[in-house]
Amino acid sequence: MAGKRKKKRPPRRKKGERPPPPAKKLPTTQKKGEKAPEDEERTVEVGPGQEPEPVIVLDEPAVEAGEADAGEEDEKEEDDGRLSKGMFRSRKLLRRPFSRMATRRAIDPEFWNDAEEALIAADTGVECAVEIVERARGRILREGIRDIDGLKGAFRTEVAEMLRSFGDLPEPSDSKPRVLFIVGVNGVGKTTTAAKIGYLMKNRGEKVLFAAADTFRAAGIEQMEMWADRLGIPVVRHKTGGDPAAVVFDAVESAGARGIDVLLVDTAGRLHTKKNLMEELGKMWRVADRNVPGTPEAILVIDATTGQNGIIQARVFGEALDVGSIALTKMDGSARGGVVMAIGKEIGIPVAFIGMGEGMSDLRPFDPEEYAQALF
Amino acid sequence: MFEGLGDRLQGVFAKLRGKGKLSEKDIDAAMREIRLVLLEADVNFKVVKMFTDRIRTRASGEEVTKSVTPAQQVVKIVFDEMTDILGGSSKALNFAAHPPSVLMLVGLQGSGKTTAAAKLAVMLRRKGREPMLVAADVYRPAAVEQLQILGAQIDIPVAYFKHKSASKIVEKAVEEASRSGRDVVILDTAGRLHIDEEMMQELVDIKGSVSPCETLLVVDAMTGQDAVNVALAFREKLDFDGILITKMDGDARGGAALSMKTVTGKPIKLASVGEKMDDLEEFHPDRVASRILGMGDIVSLVEKAEQTITEERARKLEEKLRKHKFDFNDFLEQMQQIKQMGGLEKVMEMVPGMGSISRAQGMGMDERHLGRIEAIIQSMTPEERENAQILNASRRKRIARGSGTSTQDVNQLVKQFTQMQKMMKQLTGKGGMGMLKKLFPF
Ligand SMILES: Nc1nc2c(ncn2[C@@H]2O[C@H](COP(=O)(O)OP(=O)(O)OP(=O)(O)O)[C@@H](O)[C@H]2O)c(=O)[nH]1
Ligand SMILES: [Mg+2]
Repeated sequence: MAGKRKKKRPPRRKKGERPPPPAKKLPTTQKKGEKAPEDEERTVEVGPGQEPEPVIVLDEPAVEAGEADAGEEDEKEEDDGRLSKGMFRSRKLLRRPFSRMATRRAIDPEFWNDAEEALIAADTGVECAVEIVERARGRILREGIRDIDGLKGAFRTEVAEMLRSFGDLPEPSDSKPRVLFIVGVNGVGKTTTAAKIGYLMKNRGEKVLFAAADTFRAAGIEQMEMWADRLGIPVVRHKTGGDPAAVVFDAVESAGARGIDVLLVDTAGRLHTKKNLMEELGKMWRVADRNVPGTPEAILVIDATTGQNGIIQARVFGEALDVGSIALTKMDGSARGGVVMAIGKEIGIPVAFIGMGEGMSDLRPFDPEEYAQALF
Repeated sequence: MFEGLGDRLQGVFAKLRGKGKLSEKDIDAAMREIRLVLLEADVNFKVVKMFTDRIRTRASGEEVTKSVTPAQQVVKIVFDEMTDILGGSSKALNFAAHPPSVLMLVGLQGSGKTTAAAKLAVMLRRKGREPMLVAADVYRPAAVEQLQILGAQIDIPVAYFKHKSASKIVEKAVEEASRSGRDVVILDTAGRLHIDEEMMQELVDIKGSVSPCETLLVVDAMTGQDAVNVALAFREKLDFDGILITKMDGDARGGAALSMKTVTGKPIKLASVGEKMDDLEEFHPDRVASRILGMGDIVSLVEKAEQTITEERARKLEEKLRKHKFDFNDFLEQMQQIKQMGGLEKVMEMVPGMGSISRAQGMGMDERHLGRIEAIIQSMTPEERENAQILNASRRKRIARGSGTSTQDVNQLVKQFTQMQKMMKQLTGKGGMGMLKKLFPF
């Protein structure tokens, strides 16, 4: 639906389109005889074909630091950035391939395997993990990288590049008011995210209005109202059990009358498997679409702890209304939210925001570089 | 939940079928595919490794007997290991010797504690207890209101006292329960991150002050790889007793559920499977394992049926299953009961082989389709119903004519039915009595 808007989005990479394979015969320091390729049952997807993995011997013995030390040093080094801090634990886990390597002094098949596993543990899914490792490996061989920082850098570059390949954020709709639907499955943080976005926009000098369109969940409306109170933002509400599309209609009217810039619609959490509830969402969208001059927008909220099911969520929500971007919440935990990479690759929806806590100011714009740094 | 997981595993098994002997390479290939299937289902990568290693060892070891085909053997091993990973038999909730029994729900933000608390209260009331709910989330806006509204809906008292400290609220609530003669107290705590020391300490304090007899970690079925980190952190601080999985009515493949027990050693006790207040169920690992592997869940089916039909008929069915005498008559009888039981889709999943029939045809098992199956069976002679083997071409033609269906329809039904019987036999084959017990633990 809403096909007209789809055009705005930059071209996405076609699904299944593979990255250029890493150049195969590059001069590297591989010494085949020195270290026999690991037993064959190791993950073979990593390398192109089944050729023996090149073993890269490091220039010089890497830092004689244990894993713990590496972790601490890292904390000191980067805990000024909040994203890095929140994701500190996850980075420690992900950094394992690098710390291990420090004791190994060579990148062998085990290393690539570890890297792949680390990415899988971040919920990127197997396909993305394999692709990132493959690309990083290509880069490392091509550029003859042989130090830890360089290796890290290669992985970061690939992660960031992949994230950017999902397309730019959609241009803000020129509608007045803009209508922003906040959607997602139950409990991911929709109401909180609506509040946080409201806070952000209000601080930017925009006139914001909330629509408490979660008329289903017990105290869903009250929760939105409490946030509205706290933020000094007006809210349009009906009774619990009412028609959410009617709330949207009233809110749009009210927004017009009050000269509101942005209408934030908090919707009820719903599993994407519930057809009727997804249709309800479509209806709400159409009500807004018919009654504002421009087109509405929708942000899909994905909880960082979500596994591969996030892909289906994004697909089905994207069919119900035009999801332009993702807000990735709960990134202050130990989950890494890697599923946004799988979503981006499959469906091409970029991440707009990340949620870093339960307070109104715990929302920041998503930055692929920063995310990549926090991962590796 | 667990959707597609069974199909994908069946796909792996199918490739092994027809092989007289499994080479190292066959097993390797199968394990690689199983690894991928499980990882895509969000099973924790460490658990996947352990799982495939164990299956590999068993499959290539001496355990392979001559009485069954290697493929059957692999299915059996996977089933065993899957059941094991899920936690063996089902585990009941703990209750205190002296009431009130305090049950505490803990978990991450948004995992579904509040709704689960209300559902748990309804479940326990159904079992003759008199629960009381306690709103101990003093942080999230309108969290208390949410529980109060739910309590009013299900007509179960909700205790709440205005106080900054959750453990104070809880203490008072337990006193209140004793006074008013409530025998179960269910604590709904605030969602929190497992890495938030202060908030975790709050739970430790609550636990210390009212000593719950059962602490349940509430986990969203859609959780990915981090589920085990969360569970381990909660275990370290709280040593919870069991796990409650929520949002099982989605289409997540359920890897988190599959990993939890193995990693934490704590059993999954309850599962929330729908929006309605009585959609909380006990978790039966063995049944779930057989459902995942596409072998259906006859046990749950029988139990469901018991609610609609007489116990005697259910016992008859169970007896037949045990003796491999499940025939078209039973099949038909089940069909008819299904109609009364409603929730067709849910029921279908539980009939061995049926899930894949409906999926293979690219459509949900609708009433019309069911009517067709019914008509086909009704056009069979009593003999034919008891013995599918005598259904030769001319008989099939006659049945098709009699039922107003096509021979293909008849063929397909017979094929599926035979497969289903085979599947049941497989489970009860040589030395498989233990398996049988697991599947039909009456
Ligand atoms: N730690 C952390 N908690 C968050 C974040 N965002 C939301 N939460 C918490 O997650 C819980 C659920 O948030 P809600 O905003 O109510 O989620 P929702 O999607 O609106 O939930 P439903 O409307 O019930 O589907 C609350 O306890 C929030 O405080 C975040 O970025 N970090
Ligand atoms: Mg909400």
